[in-house]
Amino acid sequence: MSNNQQSLTMAVDEETGRPVIIIRDQEEKGRITGVQAIKQNIAAAKSVSFILSTSLGPKGADKIIVTPDSEIVISNDGATIMEQMDLEHPIAKLLVDLSKCQDSEIGDGTTGVVVLAGALLDQAESLLDRGIHPIRVADGYDLASQIAVDRVRELSMPMRANCAKDVTPEFKQFLVDAASTALGSKIAQGEKLANVAVDAVLSVADLNRNDADLSLLKVKGKVGGSIEDTSLVDGIVLDKDISHPQMKDVTPDAKLAILTCPFEPPKPKTKYELSISTVEQYRSLAETEQKFFTDMIQRVKDSGANTVICQWGFDDEANSLLMQNDLTAVRWVGGEDIEAVAIATGGRIVSRFEDLTPEKLGTAVEVRQEMYGTTGDHMITIQGKRGYKTVFVRGSNKMVIEEAKRSLHDAMCVVRDLIRAPTLVPGGACAEIAASLRITSVANETDDIEQYALRSFAAALDAIPMALARNSGLQPIEAVAQVKAKQLKELERDPKYKTTLGVDCMARGTNDMAEQRVFETLASKTQQLTLATQVTRMVLKIDDIIGQL
Amino acid sequence: MNVLKSEASEERGEFSHQSTFIGAIAIADMLKTTLGPLGMDKILQSMSGVDSLTITNDGATILSSLSVDNPAARVLINLSTTQDQEIGDGTTSVVVFAGELLRMAEQLIARGIPVPVIREGYQRASAAALAALTESANANDGSEEAFREELFRIAMTTLSSKILNVDKKFFANMAVDAVLRLGGSTNLANIQIIKKLGKTMEDSFLDEGFILDKQISVGCPVDLKAEDPEHPLRVLVANTSMDADKVKIFGSKAKVSGATELAAIESEERRRMRDKCARIMKHDINCFVNRQLVYNQAEEEFAAKGVMCIEHADFDGIERLSLVLDADILSTFDTPEKARVGTCQRIHEIMIGEDKLIRFAGVPKNQACTIVLRGASKHLLDEAERSLHDALAVLSQTVKDRHTCLGAGSSEMLMSLAVSREADEREDLTQVAMGSFSQALENICFILCENAGLDANTIVAKLHAAHAGGHKTAGIDIVNGCVGDARELGIVEALKSKRQMVMSATEAASQLLKVDNIIRCAPRERQQGQ
Repeated sequence: MSNNQQSLTMAVDEETGRPVIIIRDQEEKGRITGVQAIKQNIAAAKSVSFILSTSLGPKGADKIIVTPDSEIVISNDGATIMEQMDLEHPIAKLLVDLSKCQDSEIGDGTTGVVVLAGALLDQAESLLDRGIHPIRVADGYDLASQIAVDRVRELSMPMRANCAKDVTPEFKQFLVDAASTALGSKIAQGEKLANVAVDAVLSVADLNRNDADLSLLKVKGKVGGSIEDTSLVDGIVLDKDISHPQMKDVTPDAKLAILTCPFEPPKPKTKYELSISTVEQYRSLAETEQKFFTDMIQRVKDSGANTVICQWGFDDEANSLLMQNDLTAVRWVGGEDIEAVAIATGGRIVSRFEDLTPEKLGTAVEVRQEMYGTTGDHMITIQGKRGYKTVFVRGSNKMVIEEAKRSLHDAMCVVRDLIRAPTLVPGGACAEIAASLRITSVANETDDIEQYALRSFAAALDAIPMALARNSGLQPIEAVAQVKAKQLKELERDPKYKTTLGVDCMARGTNDMAEQRVFETLASKTQQLTLATQVTRMVLKIDDIIGQL
Repeated sequence: MNVLKSEASEERGEFSHQSTFIGAIAIADMLKTTLGPLGMDKILQSMSGVDSLTITNDGATILSSLSVDNPAARVLINLSTTQDQEIGDGTTSVVVFAGELLRMAEQLIARGIPVPVIREGYQRASAAALAALTESANANDGSEEAFREELFRIAMTTLSSKILNVDKKFFANMAVDAVLRLGGSTNLANIQIIKKLGKTMEDSFLDEGFILDKQISVGCPVDLKAEDPEHPLRVLVANTSMDADKVKIFGSKAKVSGATELAAIESEERRRMRDKCARIMKHDINCFVNRQLVYNQAEEEFAAKGVMCIEHADFDGIERLSLVLDADILSTFDTPEKARVGTCQRIHEIMIGEDKLIRFAGVPKNQACTIVLRGASKHLLDEAERSLHDALAVLSQTVKDRHTCLGAGSSEMLMSLAVSREADEREDLTQVAMGSFSQALENICFILCENAGLDANTIVAKLHAAHAGGHKTAGIDIVNGCVGDARELGIVEALKSKRQMVMSATEAASQLLKVDNIIRCAPRERQQGQ
């Protein structure tokens, strides 16, 4: 390390021999420049991508991460692992952002993008050793990624006419297949959850706009049962109790008053002082207070509501009055939940009792309180009339549930992406191998230095099927070579052949991904290629690191 | 190249597997000896002081008091806690079984079988085991009496491993009675367990009425009896402030110019309180129970009218009381005609040991009840409460889902054989993994025998043979040290508990097997004073 490190104090004043201070506290800082800097960065990126590479694919392994607060996270999701790892190296942090970017844009493929970036940088290192300028490498990579994206597009299969208004069973099956592929690497009972994810997204999908609003879906978890007990619940699930033990547990045909004002005497925001000095004043004050409570309840009652959902607390007196008036009430419902309740029931959030009118009430088929386990934990389900759904995740311990929640999110994103752009590509690294072959053939016809970069890109793409095969317990080189040879044969017949051959991770005895029904979204694949290339360029362009080394 | 922070550490591949196995098996081995009717107890001594020690046989209790660093061990602890919350029983078996599964997996990995294959095998095996278990289950759709008998047997099984073993018939009956009173609810808060030092376990009792561990206010009558059963005592259950009836308007403040005015307001305040008492008494009541404190002034008011007053009954107490007395919990008293006031035949002070408690007798509804535990030492009482709680939990779940299955290692052996039959039909490597799963199930029977000091090898072999020969109800007869019939021995467990055990243990084992990398982040630096 000390060899690579150069002091920043290189400039010396000629007359006095004292160093010229350029950067504050420069004696304590180190600096690495030139190829050394790039190489160090590449080493950091490689070590991160190495960690993730074993998580790739349906049989990829999980990581246990003990967080700084000593919580345990078990995950297979690239973005989650990277985020929880608490990385220190700046380039490593760049890769964290890379996988987060893939996560927020697409939701799936967060591991693959990091592994690809790592492989690209690995290959770039040997090009640098040959004396090729980093910018030339980056330019070549850009070209290669364009070729790769084009080839992947050729492979894509549109699943449905763009403006079709209905969901055909075939289309739904494709959705389930893609969701299964996304979930397969994460939890054991992928198939069952994939169905739940597809049903959930379809229930909130707007097929006229070709979009699905995932904010209408909530994912809630509760320990107990098994992952297989995970289900899609009509309506909203609140982790709350009904405020008074003697209110009704089940209210059918509920009319909900959704309130953001407490059942308490008003507290104006302006500071004021109410001074009383006589007995009469005291009495009238007491009467006013009483009136506040009875008025509030009366207003709720008059509006025709039979259920009250309130963001704030109730005074004991109000609570008792509500119960006596046959009103079911839930208190301390958080801001996000109360909005969800309003959307699901079609009600309006009312912030003053005076504003409560019958048309502002929400309607629900049923409001039900259920008890779980032996500790008296309650959950309230509000089954609204609109398409608001909750995926209720069960599992044997909280780590399983957290992982299932993350995976479900990924799967639902995949399904949404397919509703937006219903185009699939075969999975099992079929796209990567096809792109790699195309780039190699283009490289053979390129007569300048870019040829080397193109070859390296092709080699980097092979890292994905290799990792897949390795994680699935296959002989990586053998397995990839076989698929390549088969794909090449197809290309001899037709250079634009829509191949579906990939790595047989599940050992089902066929390389045909269409037959195995392993699909990924086109959007995810192209995004992976472009993002990984961009990050590689960024890393290759850094030639100077200044900092606490 | 180190990209992690300097204090962080990482275990990869084999090392990570090793750390998982060591951690999980250590936890399972620790609990192993407590499994079964003749399992041993553990003493837990808290780090803070020697005085607070717990003697227990309950898996969840043991594990939740450990502070463990190993991630795999912590997953198993969470598993046990979940089982406790969901079913209340089987907290030991789930961890021991998960441990056995991982122990077998370790051997498989050493033999070179890939992890994905083991996971798939376990998954298949678990499905086969559950199918066999469900098929053997007893639906209990017969008469209520038969169901009560079955509940009694479950309680006996649950209690047999615990400290209440000696008087288990007595306690099993008590638990069944208490749960049947709940009428299908699983809210165990409605069964109050009062622990009082002194006498022996056999002097514990389930009270027909309801006992509140509170005192009657001074000056009030201490024994009220309804003269005529047709006109029972009226009890108002309330949650209201009875110190001073403050006006709850924010910012109000009394500003007076002289002592006379102050006195006037003060007396007005007192009048207001008196008024409230009067309004309460308008409900025509004999007894007033409040969750909050009742101050002297109000107390006097009640005493003067001969109304019994009980203050500071905590929230659970109030809720249970409202359940048994069929009363509303009130906070406003303006509409006596709407309010439901509770009734009972007699309210009196009783002495248990040296403490005074209040007993409500002749209550209309029995949805809540009280169990008074007596015993010679605090530790004994605590353990008795835990055991009883486990029994109550498992019973209340069984009332919801009536299916039961056999205990005494019978279900385990049944599943083991079903899995092994299924394994025989598989041609790939999963066969080996399923075989290991079947072995892990058999190991549970083995541990049961071993803990009872029996010749485990011989008995398990005989049990295996009995099951293979079609005697599907064969189980271990711990008392006689031989193979018997679990159904005849009356050793029954809740199906839900056993199912959950298999499912959870498989899920956790499969989850832990999948891990190939353990990353420990640098602990968050804490600033001083935090």
